[in-house]
Amino acid sequence: MEIGYYPGCSLESSAKEFDVSIRACFTKLGVSLKEIPDWNCCGASPAHYLNEELALSLPYRNLIKAEEAKLQKILSPCPACHSHLIHVYNEVIRDPGLNQRLKNIVGKEFKKNSVSKHLLDFIKEDIGMERLKESITLPLKDLKVACYYGCLTRLPDVNIDDIENPMIMDKIIEAIGGEPIDWSYKTECCGASLSITRTEIVLRLVKPILEAAEEKGAECIVVACPLCQSNLETRQGDINKKYKTSFKIPVLYLSQLIGISQGINPAELGLNRLIINPTPLLLEKGIFEK
Amino acid sequence: MSYPSNSNIHLFRNEILNLCKQDVAKCIQCGKCSAGCPISPEMDIQPNQIIRLIQLNDREGVLRSNTIWLCASCETCSVRCPEKIEIATIMDILRKLSLEANIQAGEKNIVKFDQIFLDSIKKRGRVHELGLVIRYNLTTGQPWKDVHLGPIMFMKGKFSLLGHRIKELERVKEIFRLSRRIKSQE
Amino acid sequence: MTESSQNENIEIFTYSEVIDVKGFVGNFDVTIRKKPRYVDMGKCTGCGLCIEKCPTKVPSEWDLGLGMRKAIYKPFGQAVPNVPVIDKENCRFFTTGKCKVCQKICPAQAIDYEQKEELIKKKFGAIIVATGFTQFDPSVYGEYGGGRFKDVITALHLERMLDASGPTGGHVIRPSDQKEPKNIVFIQCVGSRDESKGYPYCSRICCMYTAKQAILLKDHFPDTQSYIFYIDIRAGGKNYEEFVKRAQREYGAIYIRGRVSKIYEKGDKLIVRGVDTLTGKQIEIEADLVVLATAIIPQPDSKELAKILNIPHDQYGFFTEAHPKLQPVESLTKGIFLTGSCQFPKDIPDSVATTGAASIRACEILSKDELVLDPKIAKIDPEICSGCLNCLEVCPFDAIERNEVNGKIIAQVIPTLCHGCGNCAATCRTKAANVEGFADDQIYAQIASIVEILQKEKLLELSE
Repeated sequence: MEIGYYPGCSLESSAKEFDVSIRACFTKLGVSLKEIPDWNCCGASPAHYLNEELALSLPYRNLIKAEEAKLQKILSPCPACHSHLIHVYNEVIRDPGLNQRLKNIVGKEFKKNSVSKHLLDFIKEDIGMERLKESITLPLKDLKVACYYGCLTRLPDVNIDDIENPMIMDKIIEAIGGEPIDWSYKTECCGASLSITRTEIVLRLVKPILEAAEEKGAECIVVACPLCQSNLETRQGDINKKYKTSFKIPVLYLSQLIGISQGINPAELGLNRLIINPTPLLLEKGIFEK
Repeated sequence: MSYPSNSNIHLFRNEILNLCKQDVAKCIQCGKCSAGCPISPEMDIQPNQIIRLIQLNDREGVLRSNTIWLCASCETCSVRCPEKIEIATIMDILRKLSLEANIQAGEKNIVKFDQIFLDSIKKRGRVHELGLVIRYNLTTGQPWKDVHLGPIMFMKGKFSLLGHRIKELERVKEIFRLSRRIKSQE
Repeated sequence: MTESSQNENIEIFTYSEVIDVKGFVGNFDVTIRKKPRYVDMGKCTGCGLCIEKCPTKVPSEWDLGLGMRKAIYKPFGQAVPNVPVIDKENCRFFTTGKCKVCQKICPAQAIDYEQKEELIKKKFGAIIVATGFTQFDPSVYGEYGGGRFKDVITALHLERMLDASGPTGGHVIRPSDQKEPKNIVFIQCVGSRDESKGYPYCSRICCMYTAKQAILLKDHFPDTQSYIFYIDIRAGGKNYEEFVKRAQREYGAIYIRGRVSKIYEKGDKLIVRGVDTLTGKQIEIEADLVVLATAIIPQPDSKELAKILNIPHDQYGFFTEAHPKLQPVESLTKGIFLTGSCQFPKDIPDSVATTGAASIRACEILSKDELVLDPKIAKIDPEICSGCLNCLEVCPFDAIERNEVNGKIIAQVIPTLCHGCGNCAATCRTKAANVEGFADDQIYAQIASIVEILQKEKLLELSE
């Protein structure tokens, strides 16, 4: 199976390990990823905040590039990127006038032949739990995982099984041998890009999330978003300093945990790029051998 | 002082209705939006009060608030609103109206960050994270912010020194030139 | 209830349902399905020995699962008649073929496993619909736990616990660990005033029963503290406002004006995050127990019953009155009356009042030998009627019947059912059907004479 791939800007740098682990575990699943040629930034929240048409036309160009490369399905691992791509897709279908306007801005017309898919949706619908299970060689041995969705379930046009208590990531973790914990903070907001502009808000928001995960016995947190990962992991030191806590809980990308269970070499999954090293935990659980 | 003062009290409500199809008159002021807002403690005006001020035509009061800039678009308010008012969508349009009206933003640095972010896209077609953060910190006069994270991020390969520049950069510049802040109602 | 069961003029059909209604005011033919209770009502003395000895326990519906009942049971203590019923789904004999303990133990030999369902046909002069309401299922509120948190209960659960003869003997406990709660949070309007997850209307009774529960809690357990999240306090009844004030002033209930956004589990506590819109601040309460005031909604089968009775209902399934102000207990079908919360959410005083009104309206019909009808009803001329019966199809009140006169098929109006809407007259091809006083000829004649007067007064000029 060959599908389109839209990594987005974060996966090129701060979330490089999300990118490499997706490529590695999708290869194991027999899916080859073809990057959209010469893609541009989706505009992220700044475009969304400052300029309505820019927020629509930047993703629009990516859809055209995908369409030209005959990529009907595009995997967009970053939920924000995905939300922007799918939102534009739905809007131009709903409103032909908008399609005309965007065509005038971008210079080419999108014929609606390329559609973005979110990572979780892609695993569930296109790969299927059975095929995922078949690829597993190193089950996670009841590793206690807190699945963190953040605002993912509420993003416009992203359809996740349940807004308030999503289970799709939990089911994937179960399928690869982990034990998802039942907790109330899986859809709390991490503060997103306020991490740079108003860091103290993010610290205030992330602290109870980490607390709740630990209280329920989670040994690590799993995420499917670069911003969630960065806010939950990178900021743990700042939280410890400000609130006199001692958090040191690994925060992994879903694709990294899947890759581990598929027996992929840790370096290929970018585990070394994580700031809080999950290897001691994986050794302790006997998932990795000494 | 009499309040509200405007003769056409529905002016702002109708403007919002036209721009984003959200009718604030539906609001029953239950407060569920403010109850669930993660950023509520830092906001100078609570989300339900923003809706109320729109009902009362207090355009300036709303557009001056820091609320509209602190909103993280997490959509908690929208999905839990019993009247199905998309409050986050209203916040989106309020930000643009505030820029249009040239009102001093309640959160200058956030606007600054967003502008630098868009500049980064305009220059390369993609965002260069390291450049973005450095430029933001310098522009906002806090050069030492988060430097403690720098070495470790760098060692972990989380920062690329040089950003990627896309081939069709001219096209992206054209997109920036042609895009209007508020979607044209053609 | 016991009193009415002993009145010789009242016959009660319990464990029975109305499955068909034909006829019209003063002459309803009602078919009642009487389900088998497997206990002979004539023989049973209500001694309760069978219930005591029955080996099967299942969660009690009456106690909302807070307590257990046996497979042979009475729904609740004061149930009328004082005769148990066997729950076939759970009875050991019915499910495995073995047991018969109740039969062996019954001193009156009243147990009859062979009992069959009965269809009873009876004539009635008037019908009063009092089928009540049901409770909104709050599990659609994922933000309140979606049914996953044991210590988030509904007000009805608390009501059962506060009952001295209830499943906990009047003790209020947390279902999760049986401990006594200290901080109790009430959330109003769960499913009410919520177009997104529930219903737009106000359920009318929650403000008052919540105040009552807060008072009872403080009265029975002085260590407890109640917090009540509300949107508006609707206490518009005699002494109602004073009652709520008492809950606040004398019993220290803290009223918080705002809705709750989410409930979090933290240790064995529930963190309730809401807002106090009066101070404009978010508020978090560490609660031991959360009580949801869930909406009052129509019975799940109310629309089917409406079809059987041929009475209209609103978009939710509440039965509609003939006129909201002038005929509040009458349905649109003559001889059928409404009372209680099958019509819209009502509290006890309102239900008692409308029941009195509906009963008097019914007696009014029964006490007369002849009924006075509105003269503006349809009439079908049997001489002209072609017997096509199109009118029968379009009549919304089932007021037209097929008849045969001297071998000729004709349509005939049942005067007591007709509302004079004119559908039949508009449909009739041969102009046999007309609303009395409003035949085409009569209407033309009226127009002609008006035109004549207007012309005479020079108010109208007609061009030739």
